[in-house]
Amino acid sequence: MVAKQAQPGQPSEPLIEVHGLCVQFGNNQVLRDVDLTIPRGQTLAIIGESGCGKTVLLKSMIGLIRPAAGGIRFDGRELSELTDKQLTEQRMRFGYVFQMAALFDSMTVGQNVAFPLREHTNKSRDEVRQIVLERLAEVGLPPAVVRQKPAELSGGMRKRVGLARALAINPEVMLYDEPTTGLDPIMSDIINELMIRTRRQHPVTSIVVTHDMRTARKVADRVLMIYPLSRLAEGEPQIIYDGPPGEIEESADPRVTQFVRGEAGRRLMEMRNHHTPDTLSAS
Amino acid sequence: MEFSDDQAVAPARTRLNPMQLAAELIADVGELAMMWATALGSVLLFSWSTLLWLVTRLPRRETLLPNFYQIGVLSLPVVALTGAFIGMVLAVQSYFQFRVLGLETRLGAIINMSLVRELGPVLAATMLAGRVGSAMAAELGTMRVTEQIDALASMGANPVHYLVVPRFLSCLVLIPMLTIMADFMGVAGGWFYSVVILNIDSHHYWQNSQQFVGSFDLFTGVFKSLFFGAALSLISCHRGFNCDPGAEGVGRAATNAFVASFVVILVLDLFLGIALDAIYLAIWPEGPSIL
Repeated sequence: MVAKQAQPGQPSEPLIEVHGLCVQFGNNQVLRDVDLTIPRGQTLAIIGESGCGKTVLLKSMIGLIRPAAGGIRFDGRELSELTDKQLTEQRMRFGYVFQMAALFDSMTVGQNVAFPLREHTNKSRDEVRQIVLERLAEVGLPPAVVRQKPAELSGGMRKRVGLARALAINPEVMLYDEPTTGLDPIMSDIINELMIRTRRQHPVTSIVVTHDMRTARKVADRVLMIYPLSRLAEGEPQIIYDGPPGEIEESADPRVTQFVRGEAGRRLMEMRNHHTPDTLSAS
Repeated sequence: MEFSDDQAVAPARTRLNPMQLAAELIADVGELAMMWATALGSVLLFSWSTLLWLVTRLPRRETLLPNFYQIGVLSLPVVALTGAFIGMVLAVQSYFQFRVLGLETRLGAIINMSLVRELGPVLAATMLAGRVGSAMAAELGTMRVTEQIDALASMGANPVHYLVVPRFLSCLVLIPMLTIMADFMGVAGGWFYSVVILNIDSHHYWQNSQQFVGSFDLFTGVFKSLFFGAALSLISCHRGFNCDPGAEGVGRAATNAFVASFVVILVLDLFLGIALDAIYLAIWPEGPSIL
């Protein structure tokens, strides 16, 4: 596997430790007692169906969402104990690629990629411009896009600009939120290759939230599957698979194999029992 | 297939005794009070965080100037236009009543006094809430929905410092100027209609104005406008930051921002009016001149 060959060293000490994480929005609990340790240098794919809490877990890792209980330890420091300034410094060690790229639409592509550099470094305009062009070239975008507004770009280009922006200040950890969702198969593969190339060029730990099994198999050296709390009984663990991507198909858990193979199975029956007889008969 | 209310399946209502009804009523009122208290607390915390960031680190020039342009320069024509028309409307509405008493020349005093104390600041603030406040709520709401606010935070930029402080500062600094513009155009509009259209003597019109409208009245209006500007920017930004998902959420944030700002502007106007009158009476115990 390319990703594994490109790995800069054996995963060693834990970089991110999630312990007893519980996240709740109002009365809706999304994550319950999630424990997870991610060693430095690893590429972890977090899979699971929509609404299972993958993105919430990712956002919790940089303190964008506050947990109801439990917490996150990054490089030995508890996130909840950091001051605002320390949290800002901590966040600078992460690069976050958002699901819909989340580019600032009031700025040009160049200003978007330059944003973290201008916020946190004292680099000159020329230096910043140079880095912006380098990062855009790394993700295969020509210098001409610098002056364009995000609205003028295609979905795939926006994702790549988002990747370039996340890479701008050489992060130690890359967080990808659904990097291939909404893209055509060719562009999805390009994004997969870019993630692999990023790891080859920069010594980063990566966490990829996805429901695209192709991405998980191609990019990751460990796969974690989260199951929605609403489908679990009290006390059942929310992480239902944690292992290498090669072995996920042979999992003894039917919930895992159902997801991996993309089978509706009994869900169709459940839907039929609940609602929408017209929709189902039409399909 | 059409459904009428009669056809809708309504759950059978169980008959409640008066005690249960009273308990339900108290519970509903309590829930409403909790909701209001939570919303108020959330706005106050948001405002506190904005003020803290304002004194900690001033926003950058490149984030401030576009807001100054958007909030100040682009609002100027509409504020000037409405100011001029309100001045003329005041002249139209007051003229006949004053003519009956033979006090036409006192129109200057009543028009200009109403303008600088009340209508100028309230009108400028209302226009700003409608033109800028709802736009801010919609813009920030869209940024929330499309994760741009999360993106800012993930790159170590504080969203309140980066997005709210420049908007707050622009409203605070520019609303007095917009108020003065509304006052000026209102005074000009009132004079134009009274003197040019209704043929009231210009000299006496101004003399009466000068006699009754003092600098404290002008100060009152401009001073109040600072509170209006602060309130409308904070409320609008807060609505945007706490926007519900989807296009509907953004639309609701924009509407709520205007409605809440408008109500708060009027409530503030009342209490500031009372407070400023008390201050006036403390300084000049003989009270204001009577027309």
